[in-house]
Amino acid sequence: MTSSPSTTLPEARSAVQTTRLPLATAAVWAVSAAIVGYALIFGGYAATIISFALIYAVFVSGLNVFMGLTAQVSFGQSAFAAIGGYSSAVLTTTYAWPPLAGMSAGLVFSLLAAWAIGFPTLRLKGHYLAMATLAIGLITYEIAVEWESVTQGYLGISGIPPLGIGPFEAVSDRQILVVLSVVVLVIAFAVKRIQHSRLGRSFAAVAGSEEAAATLGINVARTKLVSFLLAAGLASISGSLFVHVVGYVSPEVFGLHMVILAFSMVYIGGLGTVAGPLIGALIVSILPEVFRGMKDSQDLAYGIALILILIYAPKGIAGVAGAFDARRAA
Amino acid sequence: MNPAATSSSLPEVAQPVLDVRSLSASYGHVEALRSVDISVGRGELVAVLGPNGAGKSTLLRAIMGLIPNHGEVLFQGNALTRRKPGAAATKGVVLVPEGRGIFGPMTVLENLELGAYSVGRDKKEVERRLTSVFGLFPRLKERFKQTAGSMSGGEQQMVAVGRAMMADPKVLLLDEPSLGLAPRVTGEILDTLGALSQSGLPVILVEQKAPLALQLACRAYLLSLGRIVATINPREVKSHDELAQYYFA
Repeated sequence: MTSSPSTTLPEARSAVQTTRLPLATAAVWAVSAAIVGYALIFGGYAATIISFALIYAVFVSGLNVFMGLTAQVSFGQSAFAAIGGYSSAVLTTTYAWPPLAGMSAGLVFSLLAAWAIGFPTLRLKGHYLAMATLAIGLITYEIAVEWESVTQGYLGISGIPPLGIGPFEAVSDRQILVVLSVVVLVIAFAVKRIQHSRLGRSFAAVAGSEEAAATLGINVARTKLVSFLLAAGLASISGSLFVHVVGYVSPEVFGLHMVILAFSMVYIGGLGTVAGPLIGALIVSILPEVFRGMKDSQDLAYGIALILILIYAPKGIAGVAGAFDARRAA
Repeated sequence: MNPAATSSSLPEVAQPVLDVRSLSASYGHVEALRSVDISVGRGELVAVLGPNGAGKSTLLRAIMGLIPNHGEVLFQGNALTRRKPGAAATKGVVLVPEGRGIFGPMTVLENLELGAYSVGRDKKEVERRLTSVFGLFPRLKERFKQTAGSMSGGEQQMVAVGRAMMADPKVLLLDEPSLGLAPRVTGEILDTLGALSQSGLPVILVEQKAPLALQLACRAYLLSLGRIVATINPREVKSHDELAQYYFA
């Protein structure tokens, strides 16, 4: 659309925003809702798989803020999931704190750790930042193993209470699914709001060119730190959710495997998109179950499926949907 | 600076808006800028000329605080003390970087709005500045929802200059705005810069195409190996040969 000279800019802008419904993106949300709905109806094993996928969606949403919106790389987000998870576990089992208080304390600890780590680390760029954050993840893992007086090492902590507020406890598969779905929706809404806020625009500017962003008066170091804190906060929440849903935590949960899985999810879902973390987490979690009947060839089929998705949808599922909607709107 | 290579009859800058004194900068052990002095006053367009590797872009980046540097940068008589990246921009010293530095995946409108980042949530002020930029570059209004990366080089340069104008600059620095542009488009961009300068905005223009820059500039500094080797009065340069003499002096 080309605005006529008589059209004022706010009018033209609102005309752009309301031209057409983003059908493809809506379809991605609808498919995600259908998958969660299926698990909600049939419960059992499907509900367990989708619950873990939703927890990962929270973790990946944080990674998406840091990597997708701000174009920084971190292999160490599992560290903040571990801090959140272990804080919840220790505070609710040893000190009998309610789950929400334990989760909140974990969030505060994670943000403090992210601030202390991010302040010096985020001066690094590219591969150097990736390696530094990887080291942070590995160090946190070692701490979880070695600090036995608190974490109980490889033995782990069991008997962690389920999610709940006051008298309400999410105990059944379906209750857990509903709680996790609400959390994921709230986070997706928040990420969408951030993306279109002044902060989101500064993320996008830093992602485009740090130097160009600085010439516009954007404090690049502070912007990267805020993005890192947001990612750490969401990682912490996902770690807490995990321990309350499973009722147990050990260091292996927050190992390198978690990071690799999250990277697969964010790329397959669509880096920098709002729906990407959710659809990516669902696909990567469901695919192994789809191929379970193939026995020995299961891993091979899973790998091939992921590669095919990335070949034919290099921007991820939600990325392709977004591009399709943008073409329709043009 | 070599005084022998400096034009006579160059008027003094009465009240420099931006005064750069003994500015030096290095990349590791390589000294890229050596004690450079330049200044620009209200309504002046000064050109910084020189061959590749002379230190022209480094000079602008050092003024903006984008690279570590020594020396003084006085803006409206006050030192830009917190020489951190972004600090100069918030005071009104705005750079259009080499290669334009536009955000390709964003629309023209989003690029322009980022220029007014320091305005915050004052939507009326942002709209006022947008109207002003669309007055300078009507083509940007026609294409405001197009992604900036899909535009031609000339249009991208308009976005870059427009985005800088959205910051309401008190001094505008431009790094090779003609790079990769057709002569007609270059002329269009430079005409706009000339008009901006005549409206009172101080402009520092780094340019390799010296004849083009000298048409607009009231004063030109010639950089070589990080030093200012000549200060030129463009009115005294009548031919390419005379310009070449400055380059080879």
